Amino acid sequence: MAGSGTSDVKLLGAWASPYVVRARIALNLKEVQYEFLEEQFGTKSELLLKSNPIYKKIPVLIHDEKPVCESMIIVQYIDDVWINSGPALMPADAYDRALQRFWTVYVDDKFVPSLFGIMRSPTEEAKAEAKEQALASLQLLEEAFGKISKGKPFFGGDTIGYLDIALGSFLGWMKAFEEMNGFKLLDDTKTPLLCAWADNFCNNEVVGAVIPETAKLVELAKVMQARYKSAPPAN
Amino acid sequence: MAEGELKLLGMWASPFVIRVRMMLEEKGLSYEYIEQDVFNKSELLLKHNPTYKKVPVLIHGDRDICESLVILEYIDENWSGIGAPVLPETPYERAIARFWAAYIEDKLLLSFIGILRATTEEAKAEKIAETHTILEMLEGAFKKCSTGKGFFGGDSIGYLDVTLGSYLTWIKAAERISGAKLLDETKMPLLVEWGKRFLAVDCAKKSLPSVERLEKHARGLQVTIWKVVSAN
Repeated sequence: MAGSGTSDVKLLGAWASPYVVRARIALNLKEVQYEFLEEQFGTKSELLLKSNPIYKKIPVLIHDEKPVCESMIIVQYIDDVWINSGPALMPADAYDRALQRFWTVYVDDKFVPSLFGIMRSPTEEAKAEAKEQALASLQLLEEAFGKISKGKPFFGGDTIGYLDIALGSFLGWMKAFEEMNGFKLLDDTKTPLLCAWADNFCNNEVVGAVIPETAKLVELAKVMQARYKSAPPAN
Repeated sequence: MAEGELKLLGMWASPFVIRVRMMLEEKGLSYEYIEQDVFNKSELLLKHNPTYKKVPVLIHGDRDICESLVILEYIDENWSGIGAPVLPETPYERAIARFWAAYIEDKLLLSFIGILRATTEEAKAEKIAETHTILEMLEGAFKKCSTGKGFFGGDSIGYLDVTLGSYLTWIKAAERISGAKLLDETKMPLLVEWGKRFLAVDCAKKSLPSVERLEKHARGLQVTIWKVVSAN
C-alpha cells in the first residue's frame, strides 16, 4: 500500500466510462488501494447525488470522505497527494506542464465531442462530418506528440502521464467505433506516432487492466444508439 | 524558473484576458500588452495560437501558453517564489478551486450573455434566473473556499478570485442593460461583499474595463453581432 497510511479511497464509476478509466489508471499507476463502487447504467446512487450534487456525474473520487469531481481534476489530485508513489504524472517544468494541460483541454473540447458525435449523429452526413473532425483532431495530436514526447514512447516521456491518460482512456471507444463503422481513426500512414503510442499505452499492465474490451463496448454502443434514435430530439 | 521577455496578446473586453492581466499585475511581472482585433486576426495571433486562434496568448521568450486557466497555472508554477501563490496550498483545496473555475467557465458567461442576447421577455427572465442560480452556487463556493477570509484565495486574491472577478464589470454592464439585479445582496450577500473588496484591489482597478465602456461595447454587439436590437 502506498505511503499515506490508512487512507480511505473510494471511486464512484462505471466500467465503460472513459472518464472513469482516467481516474482508475492514475490510481493504479500510483499503487493506491481503493474501493470501486460501480454505478448502474441509467441510475444514479444516493452516494453519487450526495458527492457530486452539481453535475451528478461519474467519476467521483472520495478520499477520507471528501469528494473530488471531474476526471482530470481527479488525476491531478492523485498526482499531488500520492507524490511519493509511482511515477510523476506531470512533468517538472512549468512549460511542459502547461503543454500537458493545453492539449488535455483540446482533447476534451474538440476531440471527444467529435468522437462521440460519430455515435450520436442522426444522419450519415452528420456522422461523416463528426468523423472528419475527429480525424483532424487526431492529426493535430499527432503533431503535438512529436513535439512533446521528445522521442520517447509517451506524451509524458518514459512513463505514462497526464495527457497520455487524458487521451489514452478513449482508446477503447475509438477501437469500438473503428470496428462498428469499418474505418480507421488511428492510421499507420497518417498518425504513425499515435499508432505506436496507442500500442505502448494499451500494452501497459496497469492500463490493460482497466481499458474496457472492444467487444463489450460495441455491444453497449448498439444499445445506446437505439436509445438516441428513439429519443425525442434534444432542445 | 524560465527567463525571457513577456508579451500578452489580448482584447480589452475579454474576461479571459483580464484575468491573466490581473494575475501578472498581482505578481508584479512586467509585460508588453498587444491588443488584438479578434474580427481581423493578426499574423502574430495566428502564429502564436494556431490551434484556437484566440486570446489570451502569453508569450514568454520562445514559449507560447494559451487558454486562460492554463496560463494562470503557468504563472503560479513558473514564478512560484514571487508574491502569494496563485493556487491554494493543499491538493484538496486546489482540486476544489479547479472545480469551481471549470464551473464558472462552463456556465457563467453563457448565462449572462444569454440575458443580453434574449429576444423575448420570457427568454430574458429565464436567463436571469439561470444567472442567479449560478451565482448562488458560487456563494456556497465562496463560503467553503474563503474559510471566513476576504477572498476565495483566503487573505490574498488567487486563481478563483481572478477567474470570477474578471466578469465583475461585465455583470454590472449586463445589469444596466437588462434592468435586472444579478449580484443581489439578498440572494448572495457574501459574494456581493467579495465583489466590492475585489474591485478595490489594485490589480482589479488596473485590468478591469469600466462598466460604462463595457455597456457601450455590449450595446454595440447587440446591434451588430447578436442582432437583438436594430440599429437606429
